[in-house]
Amino acid sequence: MNQDIFATLCQLLEPFNTAKIALKPETDISADLNIDSVSVMDFVMEVEDHFDIEIPLNVLSETRSLADLVKVVEGRLAKV
Amino acid sequence: MTDLFDKHRGIAERHERMMSLGVNAVSLTNDRILSPTRAIINGRETVLAGTNNYMGITFEPDCIAAGQEALGLYGTGTTGSRIANGSYALHRDLEKELAGFLNRTHCIMFTTGYQANLGMLAGLAGPKDTIYLDADSHSSIYDGCTLSGAKLVRFRHNDASDLDKRLARSEDGGGRLVVLEGIYSMLGDRAPLADFVEVKKKHGFQLLVDEAHSFGVLGPNGRGLADEAGLEDDVDFVVGTFSKSIGAIGGFGAGNHPLFNMLRYTSRPYMFTASPSPATVATSLAAIRKLKAEPERRERLAVNSARLFNGFKALGLALGCDSVSPIVAVNCPDEVSTIAMWNALLNAGVYVNIALPPGTPGKQCLLRCSVSAAHTFEDIDRIIALFGEVVAQGHYKKAS
Repeated sequence: MNQDIFATLCQLLEPFNTAKIALKPETDISADLNIDSVSVMDFVMEVEDHFDIEIPLNVLSETRSLADLVKVVEGRLAKV
Repeated sequence: MTDLFDKHRGIAERHERMMSLGVNAVSLTNDRILSPTRAIINGRETVLAGTNNYMGITFEPDCIAAGQEALGLYGTGTTGSRIANGSYALHRDLEKELAGFLNRTHCIMFTTGYQANLGMLAGLAGPKDTIYLDADSHSSIYDGCTLSGAKLVRFRHNDASDLDKRLARSEDGGGRLVVLEGIYSMLGDRAPLADFVEVKKKHGFQLLVDEAHSFGVLGPNGRGLADEAGLEDDVDFVVGTFSKSIGAIGGFGAGNHPLFNMLRYTSRPYMFTASPSPATVATSLAAIRKLKAEPERRERLAVNSARLFNGFKALGLALGCDSVSPIVAVNCPDEVSTIAMWNALLNAGVYVNIALPPGTPGKQCLLRCSVSAAHTFEDIDRIIALFGEVVAQGHYKKAS
């Protein structure tokens, strides 16, 4: 797993992680952090803008954990 | 075995908390409806300020008579879809009348407003296309997008430059559909249509505007935001509902594309549901004619909306947006105080909508009023006064 991307995602997730739960690669973004669906979409928008990539909403149904999202970002960056 | 209801336990706890604070704010029973602006709730006559009954048209004698006549002529229901059972002449009459009202070549009606978005979005876009939707879009738009199978890209609310950026990032070919709303249902703000039309000219895409809350309300002809902005030629598809300004139930999509009617054979939410009942179609048709014949309803609504908006401003309430529309939302600090204030308002004799996250933009807790042309100035002033009383009683603290 790309540690740099993971660290950036953790940073971007911080404002949404209101319960201040410790973030690990296996953390389920929605269930473990108790973040509602709209906030997850808002978080992903921040990720898109930070990396200047497109992450369609359709991808999110398959993206549960932070490690999953790292893979998505890696894949999208490779396309750019 | 995993209980399928396990995932709803959090909602159950939230529901219990709301009930412990008073009446169920999201499942209220109107024991009787007296008029477009009055109901008996909990044995008390209550001013309705949360109905979306913008034109105050639900008790018009000629609309009721048209519905009663249709019941006698066509029966209670159509018992099936239009592709299986055929259309009734009334369905065609309504579509023709509405196409004329909207100044569009084609119009298709759907059984509900929710299905109008599902039907238009899933009919227009497919898996090889991309839909760009405003972040604050109504759930029916999100659900229609999902049903379409298209790639979905969300842009920041009312931000044409953000859409511009996302269109530039676009990776794939296929059609591109951008979806906006005329007036956004929670905060009452309008889409900055001219800005989006500029982006359309730059990138090239097809544009759909959901005029659910603006149809009948905005524009010199009451056709919605595009009519108000003078940009109807730049909007490819219009969606709307019969459940607000028309005072019935149902929805529509309209456009000028020569193949528009192919949606009747490709849109699942049109094809696989029963068509609207004769009485509903007849009252809708009568209401459209009434909107056309009585533009003073629209004028009255604008005056009433400004009166409520300015009254709330004078009370120092934090409002959902800076522009006047029939939706006037008051921003509250948190869920508990919002529920408390809602209960206090109901007890004082005014019904408004409560809107809580995640159904609201930016996690806001809202007391959402919708204004009607049928409200009298006395009604509006009473709503303002009751909000004032609740403020005075300390149920409300201005949201930071």
